Amino acid sequence: MKGKRAFKLSLIIAVLIVAIIFFAAAISLTLGSLPALKEFGWKFFFSKEWDPVSDRFGALPFLVGTLLTSFLALIISLPLSLSISILLGEYMKNGRFSSTVKSLVDLIAAVPSVIYGFWGLEVLVPFVRNLEIKFGIVPYGVGIFTASLILSFMIIPNTASLAREVIELVPGDLKEAAYSLGATRYEVIKKVTLPYARSGILAGILLSLGRALGETMAVTMVIGNNNNIPKNLFYPANTMASVIANEFTEATGDIYYSSLIAIGFALFLVTALFGILGRYIINKTTIKIAK
Amino acid sequence: MSKKFIVNLMLGALMLTGLLQATGGVKDLTGAGATFPYPLYARWFDIYHNETGIQVNYQAIGSGGGIRQLLNKTVDFGGTDAFMNDRELAKSPENPILHFPTCLGAVVITYNIPGNPELKLTPKVISGIFLGKITRWNDPKLVQLNPEVKLPSQKIVVVHRSDGSGTTFVFSDYLSKVSKEWARRVGKGKSLRWPVGLGGKGNPGVAGLIKQISGSIGYVELAFAEKNNLPYASIKNKHGKFIKPTLKSISLAAKVNIPPDTRVSITDTEAPEGYPIASFTWIIFYREQNYGKRSYERAKELINLFWWMIHQGQQYNEDLLYGKLPAPVIKTAEKIIKSATYNGKPILR
Amino acid sequence: MKGIRLRILKDRAFKFAIYLLSLLSLTPLFLIMFYTFRKGLKAINLQFLTHLPKPVGVEGGGISNAIVGTFLLVTIASAISIPIGVWAGIYLSENKRSWISEFLRITVDILQAIPSIVIGIIAYLWVVKPMGRFSALSGGIALAIMMLPIVVRNTEEVLRLIPPYLKEASLALGVPYHRTIIKVIIPAGIPGIVSGILLGISRIAGETAPLLFTAFGNQFMNWNIMKPVNALPLLIFNYAMSPYDEWKRLAWGASVVLILLVLAGNIISRMVAKKWKVQF
Repeated sequence: MKGKRAFKLSLIIAVLIVAIIFFAAAISLTLGSLPALKEFGWKFFFSKEWDPVSDRFGALPFLVGTLLTSFLALIISLPLSLSISILLGEYMKNGRFSSTVKSLVDLIAAVPSVIYGFWGLEVLVPFVRNLEIKFGIVPYGVGIFTASLILSFMIIPNTASLAREVIELVPGDLKEAAYSLGATRYEVIKKVTLPYARSGILAGILLSLGRALGETMAVTMVIGNNNNIPKNLFYPANTMASVIANEFTEATGDIYYSSLIAIGFALFLVTALFGILGRYIINKTTIKIAK
Repeated sequence: MSKKFIVNLMLGALMLTGLLQATGGVKDLTGAGATFPYPLYARWFDIYHNETGIQVNYQAIGSGGGIRQLLNKTVDFGGTDAFMNDRELAKSPENPILHFPTCLGAVVITYNIPGNPELKLTPKVISGIFLGKITRWNDPKLVQLNPEVKLPSQKIVVVHRSDGSGTTFVFSDYLSKVSKEWARRVGKGKSLRWPVGLGGKGNPGVAGLIKQISGSIGYVELAFAEKNNLPYASIKNKHGKFIKPTLKSISLAAKVNIPPDTRVSITDTEAPEGYPIASFTWIIFYREQNYGKRSYERAKELINLFWWMIHQGQQYNEDLLYGKLPAPVIKTAEKIIKSATYNGKPILR
Repeated sequence: MKGIRLRILKDRAFKFAIYLLSLLSLTPLFLIMFYTFRKGLKAINLQFLTHLPKPVGVEGGGISNAIVGTFLLVTIASAISIPIGVWAGIYLSENKRSWISEFLRITVDILQAIPSIVIGIIAYLWVVKPMGRFSALSGGIALAIMMLPIVVRNTEEVLRLIPPYLKEASLALGVPYHRTIIKVIIPAGIPGIVSGILLGISRIAGETAPLLFTAFGNQFMNWNIMKPVNALPLLIFNYAMSPYDEWKRLAWGASVVLILLVLAGNIISRMVAKKWKVQF
């Protein structure tokens, strides 16, 4: 059976290519970051100095910028995405209206991030600036807060769709049991559905977080590109992704260049970790629920 | 099988493009770098395309990017507002990188305050603002310099470049010359550790931010300020005169002796009527053009383009508010362009 | 039993809050769409679609180079990622439990999670640096790396849904294994596979970050995959950040074109999945 063998071989080759892409990517990033990591050691991630004039680099301002924007975005978006998943998973399971809402949520994920950035720059930035003037804060307009607002909206679909799926999977007999005891819908959602769907929601949150950590364009356009540790939430800053977008093509020194790759490598590791963790939780949940 | 078919198709397409490249003449050149002369270059290359059919793709990614990409040999030429220092030049020891200037520009201090009046600034006040020591528009030092202007009691928002930039280099080169504190705390460079402020990408990015933010101040190339109807300040020069940046005051600033490699800073000029933050902007390229499998035709087209830039191209400079090169500088640039070789033989005779 | 009224009130309030917050979360989408179309539709006309951008200060101009560039990039990315992705997906669905599959699934998940900007760095290191030039090819490869995991995952999921008796019937008739896969399993799954591919395409068509240091941009028309090209998202980014009204106008117009493109990809993908759905 020659054909069979050739066919199996071709399948294996495809699999190998995928695996090679992954490993080669990891290796390339490691090699690229070595010069910087050798030069600065682990201090690279704890030093706040980013000084191309004297070739001293530390990634702390970008770590801080990334963490602040991502978590702030998550806090803002969580009530919104949970509401949508409860709406679709409990109140409106079927029907035309429900499928419209579903498509709209998908659409949020489909709009390219550069368009979010453009809109943010033209509409949201002036809006935030006016707010800042009202509250007597220095009216940068751009900054961590603005970036988080845009991000919080962009990551709604990630949590919403996963959470909805898990909420739909909650066994009907459990809920019916609660209803038959006289519970109101609110009580059922609070006491039965949400606790049951907990791990799925957690997985959704992790995936959203992964998305937020790595989002580049929309953030780059509204964050203000300041390489210092931000003094407050309305201050311009830079994230790991945005500093790469800004400076990668123009880093002249070898150490400068390598430092940017090292930031990319760190981003790779963190998002990979969140991705695996999220997937692991999903797998565990679906198996549990399927049983 | 569909997979084989697609693979074949891909290979075919690749081979076809390879063939096209081998047989057809050189139709395009790629450059990257400075955003400072970008409006001029965009106009030049549009005209050049109409005249010769050659497409010159210039991407304004910042001067640092121009140097980086030339060193990586991913572009045919780089553009930079900061001449490469000796350490950078040493990165290509076997094939020296040459500079020639294409035009003169000025970095202007631009701002956005109510009424957009014309301000007068001294080196001390400028460094004070950008060091974050002068933080309000109605600071006594500013009021004293501009008694006739009603300055608002607003916070000053400093806007600077976020990318590696020759404009930043020129500006910080000037500040390092006039302020000891600046030289000690910040220094000069294409990218800096800014004490205050927020970053915009490219001259366009900074101009865009200043237009949006009331109370902001920043530095951009003269043409960008003019194009965007942004006001700009007169600056006290070494001679003690307040000079407004104009084509004339810029070219007066360039009345200095040009070294043979044209790498010279003209900030804080000695010329009594010269504007103090002016600079040349340069094209950088390899002297020996036979590197990385480049064809002779490609090298030839590149050198022709350079020749065009310092001659025919110059007539468009003033239209876009860039200073023309003075005659002695053109002479020096000609010499440099003529020194380019292919396999050791000069390309232009 | 607490007061039944209070409980009912709470229930109503909760329902109201859920509806309100859901509405609130969709509001920005409407705002963005409305604003983009209001600004962008004005910019679009025949010249806009067929001409090149003009230098600063010259009126008019269009985005034809970016449309062609996006087309080139998507074609390259598809040519690379579809065959590899579909084949790897078949492997996964055929060998559900092998350790290679388990491992590959993790790999694909990580690949999918990598931020697009990091993929840009990878493509720069792999293609741009060795080749010594920016090119459509390097941009296409970057996008292919992004598209690959989508295609693999989708193919696997679609093929899993095909009932095993279909395969068993074919094998029982004496059809060799590889022909069974090609003639029976793939045709049965093709609507799902195609819809996944379309989804992948509409995802990568809007990506900017991986193109910044690969496709690079080009103000001229270019069909040569070994040269830098412009792309719609790249053009939007560059022109959006500029202070020129004329360029911003082009950017808004390009945004509308890009959104329509992405929407069309999504809608067609759904139609394909629905219309050709094989009923079992």
